[in-house]
Amino acid sequence: MILSVRDLRVSFRTNDGLVRAIDGVSFDLEESEILGVVGESGSGKTVSLLAVMGLITDPNADIEGSIRYKGRELVGLPARELRRLRGNEIAMIFQDPMTALTPVYTVGWQIAEQIRAHRNISKSKAMDRVEELLAEVNFPNPHEAMSRYPHQLSGGMRQRAVIAMALSCNPALLVADEPTTALDVTVQAGILDLVRKLRATHKSAVVFITHDMGVVSELADRVMVMYAGRVVERGSRAELFSDPRHPYTRALLGSIPPLTGEKPRRLPAIPGSPPSLLRLPQGCAFGPRCPVHYEPCATGKPDLGGGTHAAACFRVAQA
Amino acid sequence: MTDKDRPILETRSLGKRFSIGTRFSAEGKRTVHAVDNVSLTVWRGETVGLVGESGCGKSTLARCLVRLHDISDGELLFEGEDITSKSLSELRPLRRRLQMVFQDPSASLNPRRRVGDLVAEPLRIHSKLSSNEIKKRVAELFDLVGLLPDHVMRYPHEFSGGQRQRVGIARAIALNPDLVVLDEPVSALDVSVQAQIVNLLADLQEKLNLTYIFIAHDLSVVRQVSTRIAVMYLGSIVEEGPAEEVFATPAHPYSQALISAVPVVETTPSGTRKRIILTGDVPSPLKPPSGCRFHPRCPIAAERCRSERPQLREYRPGRKVACHFPTV
Ligand SMILES: Nc1ncnc2c1ncn2[C@@H]1O[C@H](COP(=O)(O)OP(=O)(O)OP(=O)(O)O)[C@@H](O)[C@H]1O
Ligand SMILES: Nc1ncnc2c1ncn2[C@@H]1O[C@H](COP(=O)(O)OP(=O)(O)O)[C@@H](O)[C@H]1O
Ligand code: SF4
Ligand code: SF4
Ligand SMILES: [Mg+2]
Ligand SMILES: [Mg+2]
Repeated sequence: MILSVRDLRVSFRTNDGLVRAIDGVSFDLEESEILGVVGESGSGKTVSLLAVMGLITDPNADIEGSIRYKGRELVGLPARELRRLRGNEIAMIFQDPMTALTPVYTVGWQIAEQIRAHRNISKSKAMDRVEELLAEVNFPNPHEAMSRYPHQLSGGMRQRAVIAMALSCNPALLVADEPTTALDVTVQAGILDLVRKLRATHKSAVVFITHDMGVVSELADRVMVMYAGRVVERGSRAELFSDPRHPYTRALLGSIPPLTGEKPRRLPAIPGSPPSLLRLPQGCAFGPRCPVHYEPCATGKPDLGGGTHAAACFRVAQA
Repeated sequence: MTDKDRPILETRSLGKRFSIGTRFSAEGKRTVHAVDNVSLTVWRGETVGLVGESGCGKSTLARCLVRLHDISDGELLFEGEDITSKSLSELRPLRRRLQMVFQDPSASLNPRRRVGDLVAEPLRIHSKLSSNEIKKRVAELFDLVGLLPDHVMRYPHEFSGGQRQRVGIARAIALNPDLVVLDEPVSALDVSVQAQIVNLLADLQEKLNLTYIFIAHDLSVVRQVSTRIAVMYLGSIVEEGPAEEVFATPAHPYSQALISAVPVVETTPSGTRKRIILTGDVPSPLKPPSGCRFHPRCPIAAERCRSERPQLREYRPGRKVACHFPTV
């Protein structure tokens, strides 16, 4: 087991009140497994991952629960220890590649520094390694690319450079937060291929966050669907997409327009919009938008329960 | 001739160039050919979807079509009348009939004004309605776009993204336009809210007999909304045809790669769709490749493609492609 998260809760004290961003999230991740996390904006995808990485620095944040990485508890670990882990074994890529790059140095220099920060090798050895890495992430001319500054690269090339940087430490765990959201589908296809390759050749476990159901269905082994800070459904890719159970998952899948076949005259839309975390509805958070809500939903919060394929819904529990 | 047989908008070899830098900057004064030789006919009541990678010129073309940009080359005709070089004051009567909706509704809505006021603004400027009539019209518009009557007193930040986009749409249709250009109107919205707006746009089109030019990154959304689509690459249209047909049987190698790259939810295990991964990135429009602009990335490029630029031609009624070796 690479990662085991239990009952993670993150809340922020704000002027408007307490924001319960993550409200009891649990999941496991095995070696060379790709876990897809889907949800709309504000559902808590980023915050849960930042919590796992020990990157929530807001002094008004409260974090509870347990996060075990290879059996070792990370909650309460000193910042220095966490930093060491992040550089050596855990790599991250974000939507905006510039969060990982600085504009003032060449891409080659930055990746080489990253390598040398964690391994004791000469500058020229590091540069050789950079060239290999850039070739691995499909730069057509890796040697030339090394001397470029980030602003001289396209968005897709920058994201590939960040992936090369992530690869440089042979990560056991890669955390990717919407790394393709800002990219064209043509470029995205290449990045998804790279993530698959990383898993195959480096045996890395991957947590891949996205709001795109299509991306998850193409990439993930297992899927976790989030809504208003909770996991509403989890299952293997096959389970989730051929037998979606939670009304939210079903509605979301139903509202995606088809790419082939007959066009529906109208799309089956979900009414309303995601709730504010400051004013969560009583009972099931999806209740006000749910086509099949009934009395129990108004008061109780449905639990996810056990099993590989599970949905947090009273209707599903009853069936 | 009925309305449907008459193009509402037509471009003839339309081009838009931007100059960047100056004679004194390191690379000198350079020209970006953002839109290059586009001939497109838009019929009344249809929705033309523009697709293509970032930077291919979709927004620039869209802005030229409603004359938010000056046009560098070619001609633009509105209902048969040449409006290519009409001055702003000559355009004034047309403004009302050509409207635009943008991606980020909050950027185009003044945060310090109530949304009722924002929707009334175009009416105050361009119509001769009395303030009472304006009030009535605003109420009518709120109803049309699915906002509640008491929403008029709210400020933009008190709305969700989807509701703000409804306000943006209400503003755009306030003056009963004929043509609305929608540049990524749903891209900033939550997935669960996109479908609501897509449905709203379809309803309004039917009720108000609107013609749309629609841009979105999400190709399945474009297919849903559009009757026809134009695929753009480096400023030019490389394929054009009925939306469902182009998606089912794309003729241009670029359209094929683009459509094949869309991730779709497969309910059957392990995808059967063949994916064409393009190597290399979109070339800079500052230095477009010779011959066919797609040749450096085209999986079937031949010698001829490097020197000879293919023209957009109709190979079957309604279907056009610019390629020496199309799949037809
Ligand atoms: N005002 C401007 N000055 C100089 N170049 C411009 C200007 N506006 C657009 N361009 C250039 O014209 C080309 C087309 O840009 P445009 O914004 O139309 O692309 P797009 O297809 O809408 O892209 P996206 O999908 O990212 O919105 C790009 O190369 C862009 O950099
Ligand atoms: N520092 C913070 N203070 C207050 N609220 C926050 C903070 N960071 C995140 N949140 C809130 O937590 C919720 C979850 O956010 P996030 O994890 O970024 O969502 P996602 O990544 O799914 O879009 C959002 O409602 C967000 O506004
Ligand atoms: S618990 Fe009730 S409201 Fe919530 S998703 Fe299930 S049926 Fe709908
Ligand atoms: S003209 Fe040649 S390079 Fe261009 S798309 Fe067709 S086959 Fe490819
Ligand atoms: Mg996020
Ligand atoms: Mg644009």
